[in-house]
Amino acid sequence: MKEKYLINARIIDPNNQMDEIGGLIIDVNGKIQAVGKNVSNGNLPTEAEKIDLEKQVLIPGVVDMRVFVGEPGYEYKENFRTLSNAALSGGVTSVVSMPNTSPVIDNVSMVDFLKRRGRDKSKINIFPAASLTRNTEGTQMTEFGLLRRKGIIAFTDGLKTVQDPQVMTRIMNYAGESDALIMQHAEDNILSAGGLINEGEISTRLGLKGIPFLAEKIIVERDLSILEEYQCKYHISQISSEKTISVIKRAKEEGKVFSTGVSINNLSLNENDIGDFKTFLKLSPPLRTEEDRLSLINAISEGLIEVIVSDHKPEDEESKRLTFAKAATGATGIETLLPLALELFHNDSLKLNTIIASITSNPAKILGIDKGSLQIGADADLCVVDINKPWVVNKDNLLSKSKNTPIEDRKLQGQIIKTFIKGEIAFARA
Amino acid sequence: MAVIKKFEAVKISQSHLLGIQDISVSEVFCILNEAKAFIKLNKSTSKKTDILRGKTQINLFFEPSTRTQSSFELAGKRLGADVMSMNIVNSAIKKGETLIDTAMTLNAMHPDVIVVRHQDSGAPNLLSQKVNCSVINAGDGRREHPTQALLDALTIINRKGKIEGLKIAICGDILHSRVARSNIYLMNMLGAEINVVAPKTLLPHSVERLGVNVFAEMKKGLDNCDIVMMLRLQNERMQGSFLPSAREYYEYFGLTPDKMILAKKDALIMHPGPMNRGVEIDTNLADDINKSVIREQVELGVAVRMACLKIYCKKT
Repeated sequence: MKEKYLINARIIDPNNQMDEIGGLIIDVNGKIQAVGKNVSNGNLPTEAEKIDLEKQVLIPGVVDMRVFVGEPGYEYKENFRTLSNAALSGGVTSVVSMPNTSPVIDNVSMVDFLKRRGRDKSKINIFPAASLTRNTEGTQMTEFGLLRRKGIIAFTDGLKTVQDPQVMTRIMNYAGESDALIMQHAEDNILSAGGLINEGEISTRLGLKGIPFLAEKIIVERDLSILEEYQCKYHISQISSEKTISVIKRAKEEGKVFSTGVSINNLSLNENDIGDFKTFLKLSPPLRTEEDRLSLINAISEGLIEVIVSDHKPEDEESKRLTFAKAATGATGIETLLPLALELFHNDSLKLNTIIASITSNPAKILGIDKGSLQIGADADLCVVDINKPWVVNKDNLLSKSKNTPIEDRKLQGQIIKTFIKGEIAFARA
Repeated sequence: MAVIKKFEAVKISQSHLLGIQDISVSEVFCILNEAKAFIKLNKSTSKKTDILRGKTQINLFFEPSTRTQSSFELAGKRLGADVMSMNIVNSAIKKGETLIDTAMTLNAMHPDVIVVRHQDSGAPNLLSQKVNCSVINAGDGRREHPTQALLDALTIINRKGKIEGLKIAICGDILHSRVARSNIYLMNMLGAEINVVAPKTLLPHSVERLGVNVFAEMKKGLDNCDIVMMLRLQNERMQGSFLPSAREYYEYFGLTPDKMILAKKDALIMHPGPMNRGVEIDTNLADDINKSVIREQVELGVAVRMACLKIYCKKT
């Protein structure tokens, strides 16, 4: 490939504290050769391929730490090709895929299959997570060592939580040796049994069984207690309640080292949005109160939550056209992660730099991958975004195979213009 | 019943009766006023009318029900409608058919009204979005049971002449009760003061936000009340450790003469049925003809359902 010169962009790279007008040079191998204000039209060879970004914002490609793909087993909900297209239109260039497929990603032969499919069918970088326990049953830990050797960088039971404290203790003890990243979806199964939405006035009015905040808090408290005895790389996939934040705050003050994520849904919606039993807003963790939403945003500002994820969970229409109790849980979101996150900038909830860090450099650092930054020598995985462009979400225009967006008809500000993978334009908005 | 008269002219704007939360005071009085007329008819020797002649009513019960289903069936028949009752408990839905598919199938038969009971909260709302006829909610999950609340209101008005200003205690398993929720909304709307009395484990989260006073001690909750509404306690609640035992529940939350004495002298006892004698209510109190209006509730239930069918059936 030829060298490319991206010029006249507002470059924001939180990892290098960069926010300046300048350019970026992509070398013949698709790597970043130079970046910053020194790269401008004036000092470039005249015959080079130049792309004038017209002062649009250039950021590292988005790293989404929590994404569900339907392969294998649920290809009718999402396959690697549709996921890749959806991701690219949202500026996402790297994803961690959850192991809750059929069969579950819990052994090395499944990893080979996934890597092959991911490479053949998608343009984005797919980092498959393997399950923490066999078949996500929460009883027998998977082969962390062998799976690590196959390139697995993170372990999680995804939709499920390891309930048995002894199993969790042994996992964290064993994982401490192998440097494996342990990601927990924090929910106590007994406290949340039969629960459908946040426990509160809305659940009382809708007559739906509630999920108490305690179901989340109790698992976070348990795991952080275990962490005190058995240090390992531990990440809480996503939290939803103010009460959990205070647990995290205390643990950080005590010097414990771990990281925490939050779904963009919990930052942008609350339980009132469920309205008249909208099943697209049946989520796990559930949408909680407005107070919870505001405190989650505040926790990002304070650095208590490092990562924002899309929690992209495609569900076909038949799984959602049911009563609230019977409908599937989850919503798509990979395409709208960045634009919806930008809403938090436009309404003065968060700084632009903080938002971008939480979807690029922070997840990359936690995962230990060479992504999410405009480091010289790194792959040129980039996203160009017009942060002011207004548009309206319409499910028919989304590229994901499933249409269960929780923000249909929402007016957003900020749209992805171009996405680069390894220096090539993988998506360009018409 | 002079109170009702002035609302006679009011029109019902909606085509479905999904819950008390969705209707207005004037609509409530419109229904109660209609129902009042049917009380006399139901006592006469010739009970049949042709108000709904040519109309088709389908009763779609996904949960076992005796009194509500037979009450709706009788109500439809007395209005002259063709009534079909479907018990889905052991039919197509068990073969994997979804609620929407069942709805579409029934819709193809051109009913004028579907009366639905379902174990999932919100099921009647979903159904109403998919069919061309009116939908009347006969109880969904823990959410609402609007016709039960309306018949309770009619019973109270029949006896007390009004609801405004009365003090009503609702006692028992509020958490799992759609009857309690619908009654809280309705009695509040009609100007009553409501006490809920229950062990804390059987109270829904934030119930005070619905506009009620909460009591964990029954004697305090019944103090000076005009109406005591008891709720059924399902036996399986003991297993979930909501309560230590039936005998402890009866001791503290069962309606017994020593607790009833704290309510007003002329206070009425109500129960949506079926009753567990000796679990939530003393057997003699349940049968006390001076206090208990439990059988009258059943009687007026038919009149209220006739009124609802008449009003909502015409809306499509």
